[in-house]
Amino acid sequence: MLRLFGSLHKIIVSLHAPVLRATRALILTFVVISSAPSIAQPVIPAPAGLADEAVTYINTYSNILQSFAANEDRETADLIAALALLEEPQVRTFLDTLLAGDVYVMRENPRVVIATRGEDLLAITDAITGAALGEVATRAVQRVSLNNSLRRTLRVLLADLDLESPDPAARLDAVAYLMSQGAEESKPKLEALLANEEDTAVLTQVTAALALLDLTSTDSVVRGQAIDAVDGNLNNAIRNALAEIAENDPDEALRVKARESLEGIADRIRWLGHLETLFFGISLGSVLLLAAIGLAITFGVMGVINMAHGELIMLGAYTTFVVQQLLPNHLEISIIVAIPAAFIVSALFGIAIERGVIRFLYGRPLETLLATFGISLILQQLVRTVFSPLNRSVSTPQWMSGQWQINEVLALNYNRLYIIIFCLLVFFLLSMLLKKTRLGIEVRAVAQNRAMARAIGVRSNRVDALTFGLGSGIAGIAGVALSQLTNVGPNMGQDYIVDSFMVVVFGGVGNLWGAFYSSFILGIVNKVLEPEAGAVLAKILILVFIILFIQRQPRGLFPAKGRGVED
Amino acid sequence: MPIDTANISSHSMILNALGKDRGGQILLLALLGICIVVPVFNLLVPQTSSLHLSTYVVTLLGKYLCFALLALALDLAWGYCGILSLGHGAFFALGGYCMGMYLMRQIGTRGVYGDPVLPDFMVFLDWEELPWYWLGFDNFGFAMLMALLVPGILGFVFGWLAFRSRVTGVYLSIILQALTYALMLAFFRNEMGFGGNNGMTDFKDILGFDLQADTTRIALFVLTAVILALVYVVSRYVVSSKFGRVVVSIRDAESRMRFLGYKVDRYKTALFVFSAVIAGIAGALYVPMVGIINPGEFSPLNSIEIVIWVAIGGRSTLFGAVLGAILVNYAKTRFTAVMPEMWLFGLGALFVLVTVFLPKGVVGLFGARKKKDVQS
Repeated sequence: MLRLFGSLHKIIVSLHAPVLRATRALILTFVVISSAPSIAQPVIPAPAGLADEAVTYINTYSNILQSFAANEDRETADLIAALALLEEPQVRTFLDTLLAGDVYVMRENPRVVIATRGEDLLAITDAITGAALGEVATRAVQRVSLNNSLRRTLRVLLADLDLESPDPAARLDAVAYLMSQGAEESKPKLEALLANEEDTAVLTQVTAALALLDLTSTDSVVRGQAIDAVDGNLNNAIRNALAEIAENDPDEALRVKARESLEGIADRIRWLGHLETLFFGISLGSVLLLAAIGLAITFGVMGVINMAHGELIMLGAYTTFVVQQLLPNHLEISIIVAIPAAFIVSALFGIAIERGVIRFLYGRPLETLLATFGISLILQQLVRTVFSPLNRSVSTPQWMSGQWQINEVLALNYNRLYIIIFCLLVFFLLSMLLKKTRLGIEVRAVAQNRAMARAIGVRSNRVDALTFGLGSGIAGIAGVALSQLTNVGPNMGQDYIVDSFMVVVFGGVGNLWGAFYSSFILGIVNKVLEPEAGAVLAKILILVFIILFIQRQPRGLFPAKGRGVED
Repeated sequence: MPIDTANISSHSMILNALGKDRGGQILLLALLGICIVVPVFNLLVPQTSSLHLSTYVVTLLGKYLCFALLALALDLAWGYCGILSLGHGAFFALGGYCMGMYLMRQIGTRGVYGDPVLPDFMVFLDWEELPWYWLGFDNFGFAMLMALLVPGILGFVFGWLAFRSRVTGVYLSIILQALTYALMLAFFRNEMGFGGNNGMTDFKDILGFDLQADTTRIALFVLTAVILALVYVVSRYVVSSKFGRVVVSIRDAESRMRFLGYKVDRYKTALFVFSAVIAGIAGALYVPMVGIINPGEFSPLNSIEIVIWVAIGGRSTLFGAVLGAILVNYAKTRFTAVMPEMWLFGLGALFVLVTVFLPKGVVGLFGARKKKDVQS
């Protein structure tokens, strides 16, 4: 007793004015508790017989916590029930912390504290005042334990609170949670929300939540109306409730009705599944297109097989990594900065390769293949030596991570979505470049007839170097995009080189649109096959298909027009 | 009688072909030499002597000879017919897998799980019985036949399809690379029944001889050298025959040969199948020596490395390919032991320098000097 008073005194001395009120309340509660040592019914008014009639018992956040700490039993359920009735703003924060498991009670000098987990020591702050109380050993405190049923109670409580949140997204989440829990006790709150809600998304969700509750109603008419109300809804809980009715409902008509409704939902889900496959296919196609389009230019225009193309992609990805390292505090924009940087780095490497090696090998495509393969080995080893043989992780900026949740079943990853858009943009700019600019016209002229182009004054050397630089630069850009999807490592180029060649060969050489169609066809077919055959077998099937396709159509889908003899 | 004349004429033709082939003569002599020297220094010279040749070195030399055989196969296709195959590693690996399946069956009850029929990896995957395509592989003769037939048939089907539809040049190379890549992916799958990722290893004996014994190793080595010599002679004969000349003409002017009435696709297919079979033999000889076969052998990098052996040695000379394979692999052994990180730089630089500055390879260097001598 004395010791307790002593430490209370110390606290009173150490805390400043606004806190003093709380401390006074603590003393008050102490008095309350010493006479009736239970907070099982914390809302009861001050017990009769208490000496000081002038003190009215106010059930506040602080005194609930104090009596909780002082009580030996520490029933968390009681604490939650008591706090549930309060409207003080700090209750919300406290309940969140409690759910996270960060609320403790000090063993000596009982009081509720919030701890931040450290190595051995816990940094604690007072739950009531928020004042930092330094660090204590883990043994000095006891966690306020939660079991699963308490956690659910707590979550429902938090969701109930969120129903009144000004943020529509928070309200939506709260309704969704209450729905998944089938929380009957929240029905009045939901009904209240339905009456006042203005946000349509929340409104739809609340209607569905109430319909879900009606599905378990004892009145068969209400159940029937509810089945109509949830028609086509994809929510899991609703599907389960419908399945329950379809199986066990005493009313035959309702069972049939529920079964029909379920079939409709299943159809819709199947259809959305196809949409998702299509999305993944387009996403894969855009990656393939990004990887292959540079190759299509160099291969198509110059007849040069660039086996180092994959490594130029890799350089682009590493450039992204380096840019992120250089701008550690600007993660959000570093990816944007990386696009031109990667283009320049890869383009410079490409021009160096062209000027240094390839120009000596024109007209000898097989030798070019070998020499550029050698370059690819050198670049791989270079990256291994400079960075490390291990994969590097490139972080994804906030605006690119997460999902676009279209409905309960269909969610599209933002990074894939942005890469599709980015890919289309790059393709569009590139075709404009080839169509409208002087360089583009020269490039096409050299591609069609090198000798004739030279005769009319196109400097084919310069065009070759620039074309190769352009193709390589686009490989670098592809590397930026890929760094957001896969690991950045020395071997990443090799993973894409076979695929890129397949795209170019399948689409037909010297034709951007050929590469465009073939990427998306191959991407979508691959993803359609994948669920049935598995990822590896799907890839094998595609390769075999292309090998056979080339036998029938040796010049690809869109062969370059011309009448030249092959040799 | 006509048979006899045919025999005599072909016999004399082989001699005739070899008579003009200085490099080939040196190669055959060298092979004869190592067939005598290596066994003597390994088996007869005591281990304590500094002249003793360790079994490790014998195996290493045997590996080089297998690679030489593989390079020879590629040179036939690339050097003489312009088919730059980026898929010869696949034929090599298929031959190797046939041998591996035989060796796997020979393990019998000595495996970890002691199953008399199923190899360990199948027991591990809870397979009930041997898949049909494993049947017969306990018979050495059948397995060796398959080591020739499987690459041969694949080469035939591919060549027949590709050459008939006139897929040439870089297209063909890329498609062949896709083929070996697809095979690699397929063999990595456990469901295929070829040991998946780990492949096949832990072999015990071949035809009843312990694979770890020095004598078996020497026997394998000598066998490889003999087969290399034989294949060399046969290949030399093939390329200097009328067939060989047609093939070379196809390499240099395919359309013209077609217009002259030659069935270009048949010639190419025949040569390609021959080349694939040789690659298969090389694989079958390679596996008992190194004691493992796994899907890594199918990797596109392996196939393209073979090309560089041939390019460095010198194309369309046959012995250049052999020389190149041995040189590059010797360099690889040395480099990877001393400074492994430098090897890829070295190999990459070799690719670039040889294609840009040495289009005729190392052999071309000697040839060029000889020509200069004649001129001066």
